[in-house]
Amino acid sequence: MRRGIAATALVATLALAATACGGDTKGDGGDTKAGGELSGTVTWWDTSNDAEKASFQKIAEAFTAKHPKVTVKYVNVPYGDAQNKVKNAFSSGSEAPDVIRADVGWVADFASLGYLDEVPADTAKKVDAEFLSQAAASGKYEGKTYAVPQVIDTLGLFYNKKMLADAGVQPPKTLEELKTAAAAIKAKTGKTGLYLRGDDSYWFLPFIYGEGGDLVDAKSKTVTVDNAAGVKAFKAARDLVTSGAAVTNATDGWTNMQTAFKSGEVAMMINGPWAVADSYAGDQFKDKANLGVAPVPAGSAKAGAPQGGHDLAVYAGSKNTAAAHAFVEYMTSQEVQVQSAKELSLLPTRTAAYEQPDVKASEMVQFFKPAVDKAVERAWIPENGSLFEPLKVEYTKAVTGASSPEDAAKAAGVEFRKILKGWK
Amino acid sequence: MAADTSQSVAKAAGADAGENSGAARGPSRATANGNPRPGRGLGRALATHWYAWAMVAPVVLVLGVIIGWPLVRGVYLSLTDANERNVSRTIGVRHIEATYEFVGLDNYTAVLGDPVFWQRLVWTVLWTVACVSITFVLGLALATMLNRQFRGRAAYRMALILPWAVPGFVSVFAWRFLFNRDNGILNKVLDGGGISAVPWLDDPTWAKFSVIAVNVWLGVPFMMVALLGGLQSIPGELYEAAEMDGARPWQRFRHITLPGLRAVSMTVILLSTIWTFNMFPVIFLLTRGGPGDSTEILVTQAFREAFIASPRDFAGSATWGVLILALLMIFALVYRRSLRKQGEVW
Repeated sequence: MRRGIAATALVATLALAATACGGDTKGDGGDTKAGGELSGTVTWWDTSNDAEKASFQKIAEAFTAKHPKVTVKYVNVPYGDAQNKVKNAFSSGSEAPDVIRADVGWVADFASLGYLDEVPADTAKKVDAEFLSQAAASGKYEGKTYAVPQVIDTLGLFYNKKMLADAGVQPPKTLEELKTAAAAIKAKTGKTGLYLRGDDSYWFLPFIYGEGGDLVDAKSKTVTVDNAAGVKAFKAARDLVTSGAAVTNATDGWTNMQTAFKSGEVAMMINGPWAVADSYAGDQFKDKANLGVAPVPAGSAKAGAPQGGHDLAVYAGSKNTAAAHAFVEYMTSQEVQVQSAKELSLLPTRTAAYEQPDVKASEMVQFFKPAVDKAVERAWIPENGSLFEPLKVEYTKAVTGASSPEDAAKAAGVEFRKILKGWK
Repeated sequence: MAADTSQSVAKAAGADAGENSGAARGPSRATANGNPRPGRGLGRALATHWYAWAMVAPVVLVLGVIIGWPLVRGVYLSLTDANERNVSRTIGVRHIEATYEFVGLDNYTAVLGDPVFWQRLVWTVLWTVACVSITFVLGLALATMLNRQFRGRAAYRMALILPWAVPGFVSVFAWRFLFNRDNGILNKVLDGGGISAVPWLDDPTWAKFSVIAVNVWLGVPFMMVALLGGLQSIPGELYEAAEMDGARPWQRFRHITLPGLRAVSMTVILLSTIWTFNMFPVIFLLTRGGPGDSTEILVTQAFREAFIASPRDFAGSATWGVLILALLMIFALVYRRSLRKQGEVW
């Protein structure tokens, strides 16, 4: 018994030491409003990529101009590790950020675990009234608003205008046209037509939507990835690689894709607005006009791309929720959205932002706005994010030829039903 | 991540704890033998050896807290249905009570009944055997070469120990750049020699080859240093005598070097087997278990079970952890027994 007490004391000491080490983030965080003025520190975890982060840091820190007593602590967390890191921080409470930039697929998950602070009623009303309805939907869970949409996006076909002109082809509208175009590009320029991202299952979605399928049907609680359309989707992706129209990798897909596209090794890739800033930095796109975007190629049923984007949410355990909510409101304000549209070609989530001259002038926004309007809304269920991991395994196997499309679809279905307990 | 370190540490520390408690228990057992009432014997042992007890207590306490408690808790969790949704947690000022329940051996039947476990086990064993045997042979060869006087010996030693001095994740990321199929140096070199690109990390077989190569590269320095120490403890007279008797180099190696190295090599093989079995970073950072799931070993799969699904499945992951620990314990027991049979006191 006595040892038990000693152990408890030791654990307590260790815990104290640990919190003492990490205490500085929130040390001055208190929810103090000196004469109605916000103060303290707001820690923001941003998941934007290398090409975008400098711009967002500058925007975030400019919050201080409006609220001089609030310090913004900007932290960039690589998108790939972010979901895990956020969960670790939220569940332990120490070192947790006050505000996070959450992928639209994570909001329901975090909210269902009780990690998110509900958006204040007046802000929630504004979200319903002033934001694109499909963006607003991603921030909701069981009828309550937990996050404010920051940017919205979808996938499109990026192409190198000059390379397509050299090969004498138009941007392909269907997978069949894509293969013909790739053959012409190979013949004329010796380069490959398309880079197909093989290591990330998000890039599988256009194929399954293109065949008229979907991963799951949330209304009838059915897993649909392994039905006939799902199998066809795996086949279509695999076929692009075997026919030589596309190259792919099982690792480092993002870097390899961007390198190949920027250096003119491939003529086309499927990507979203978040890749625009980085692509402009490449040799091939010194003249920005050389970058073209078109809708994703259609499968046998239609052309379909997933609706994505990022929302800003406040941690339920934040010691400074007033300042955190004010920060979210600032980061999703029209002014900020117009600025990120102009600098990074990211799409605003506020309807009125599209009327602004800077937004109207952006060619990427002009293309992506109608694409977003047509984008396929995903099922906003808590498990949304975790479906992508088993899907990635099967998708990679299918496109690299390690397993047949039929087996890949079947195995993905088995894994999905393990995650979605009780679904058909 | 926690799984691999905690187990190798648990193993190493387990040996320590055994020694310590053995040393501490020694005298008390002796007194207990002389005295039929163990309670008083213990009291007297405490009185006479209080100093030893005091010295040992912090170690026992710390081991209990950092290894014993998590271990017990892990075993307990594996018998429940604990997940992220039903464990207790504190969010700011709100505290949510735990609501998970005891489910007995359900998790074990689920894991053992899943072909995934057996597929991972087969590859994990293959990976361990391949890594340890190649590392040992290379380490031994290098140690033998370095165990003689020649110019620049220190420089060679420095160069060969380098992989060990670099943090593991740095080496692995460096290798990942080298292996990159489209832009990696390895393929650029091969291309210069007219050989077409090798899909190092994109093809299941090549990926397996690649992870083993990196792990061997990382493991050789430890083997080499340990074996070099062993070699230097073999008396030179034995070699001189053998040479006088006309033994050829190979015979000297077989009959003097190898037996002389027995104790050292048995230990390093055991250690290296346990480390390799649980080598999370190499696999996770190099291939993430891919392409597909072809290089997934037991510990990376346990990680995937725990941290990828939502809600996180703590019970399932604990089950994998306990199974891994059980496998390693069985291995260590069998290994020890086979050594004892060969007359090794260990």
